[in-house]
Amino acid sequence: MKLWPTNFWRSSACAVLLLVVGLSLAANWLAPAGYAKQYRDATDASPSPQHWLGTDEIGRDRFARVLYGTRISLLLAPAAALLTTLMAALVGGLGGYLGGAWARGAMAVTDLFLSLPWLFLLITVRAMMPLNVSPLASVLVTFLMLGLLGWTSAARVLCSTAGSLRESDFVRQARASGIRGGRLFWIHVLPNLKPVLYAQFWISIPVFILSEANLGILGLGVAEPMPSWGSLLKELEGLVSVGEEPWKFVPLILLVVVVTAFQLVLSKQAEVAA
Amino acid sequence: MLGKKMARHGLAIVATVLLGGLLSATLVRLAPGFDADEAQLDPHLNSESVQALRHQRLEQHNIFRFYFHSLRRAAHGDLGTSLSLGQPVSRLLRERAPLTLRLVGMGLLVSWTVAMALALSAAWLRVSAYDALTTVISGTFLCIPAAVLALLSVLWNVPGALAVALIVFPRVYRYAHNLLAKAYCLPHIITARAKGLSELRILFWHVVPIAGPQLLALAGVSVSIALGAAIPVEALCGLAGVGQLAWQAALARDLPLLTNLTILVTLVTLLANSSADVIGHMLRGEEA
Repeated sequence: MKLWPTNFWRSSACAVLLLVVGLSLAANWLAPAGYAKQYRDATDASPSPQHWLGTDEIGRDRFARVLYGTRISLLLAPAAALLTTLMAALVGGLGGYLGGAWARGAMAVTDLFLSLPWLFLLITVRAMMPLNVSPLASVLVTFLMLGLLGWTSAARVLCSTAGSLRESDFVRQARASGIRGGRLFWIHVLPNLKPVLYAQFWISIPVFILSEANLGILGLGVAEPMPSWGSLLKELEGLVSVGEEPWKFVPLILLVVVVTAFQLVLSKQAEVAA
Repeated sequence: MLGKKMARHGLAIVATVLLGGLLSATLVRLAPGFDADEAQLDPHLNSESVQALRHQRLEQHNIFRFYFHSLRRAAHGDLGTSLSLGQPVSRLLRERAPLTLRLVGMGLLVSWTVAMALALSAAWLRVSAYDALTTVISGTFLCIPAAVLALLSVLWNVPGALAVALIVFPRVYRYAHNLLAKAYCLPHIITARAKGLSELRILFWHVVPIAGPQLLALAGVSVSIALGAAIPVEALCGLAGVGQLAWQAALARDLPLLTNLTILVTLVTLLANSSADVIGHMLRGEEA
């Protein structure tokens, strides 16, 4: 017998996610200043009543940057996941539904992208961007890139699901009744693909949050002064010891808590996706 | 039939590398600043030399011709010259590949040892508290970005290979744990246990033949994960390997170097996956 029922963990994880999203959306009211405002007389300051998490090396309030960075990461990762799901539905879902050469073609493209190592591919495409992109453009480019390159494994699952749906009895019956083409796909196939699409969407979010964090720490993510979890974690690079300035670990702790919450919420979705 | 399977894998590898090469050449050709050549501004060059350089650039305008030339040079071992470091890519690879191979090899060895030890002990013991503990440990590492683990390894003065191991371990553990748990629930294994067969005999005679091929496939995939992990680990730990080279190339927008590295790593990944698949096929003794 389990000590705590699974639903307890899932509900707690949902509550944590809602709390973090709510706090980040209220950043305009909660943060003492904007994410780029510099307090030049208090650079690299320790936590104080004015700056709850201290300031960074150029005097920006860390608490404000964590709130705004959380908002960017938590709003744009789902946007990238939506793009990924749409791409996967287009390539995998449609390929699987059409079958034959279409399905083989879709799988060949998917296999090609799957064989390219994820991080190598990401930094190669990121390196193509001009050096003078604005901070806002860098945010959009980073998440757009994640969305455009992360569809492959979802496409594989969708292709297989759509392929089996194409051969199912109810689709054969609909076809025999004279329903064809787009109407058949829209009315009979797509509604049955929805659980897999939802699962793929939710599974992609923590993957993209972690990928953005990795890119940010490597200096290939969101450009300054725009904050994101990746750019906030870059601060850890300057640490000499873990116990020296523990408040610098707040973005990391927040990221781990949020990704863990996603994993707990998604344990059921992962079963659907598989 | 095994020969057919190997030929199919070989063809898939060649096709992927050729297509990947075309994709890379397209990226390099379309990247900002491709047409700009600082050498043409060199005051020491006479007009004929500048004209020759321009002519050389014009030849590369056609993407397919550019790709064909790149491919022909690659076939002769010339992978081009790094724009940022000014050195031949092949020499850079020769210098840096051994360190990456050691790092990735050690990382894989440690991660697989720990993951299999935990997964096997969880499957043997079948104690929910122990199962939960191992899942929480691996889950925690899964939720920490690879680059943060690399930074922490620098802070704690831990070898880079251990950071690679910690990045790969949770992914291997999760799949190995599920595979072994499923295998140990099979009726014939429960019967074998009830009859008092030793755990080692059950493992090697009954569990490995079932989970082995899938674990081999996982081994192929883990090579790709470990190579990806080498980028943040080498970049942040200051290790002069291929991962650090890729990171430096990305920061310096050195696309010829970066695309060559990506193709090379893709080739290694494909070889690892194909080898795992072929070995699994041989172990199963199936006819394709």
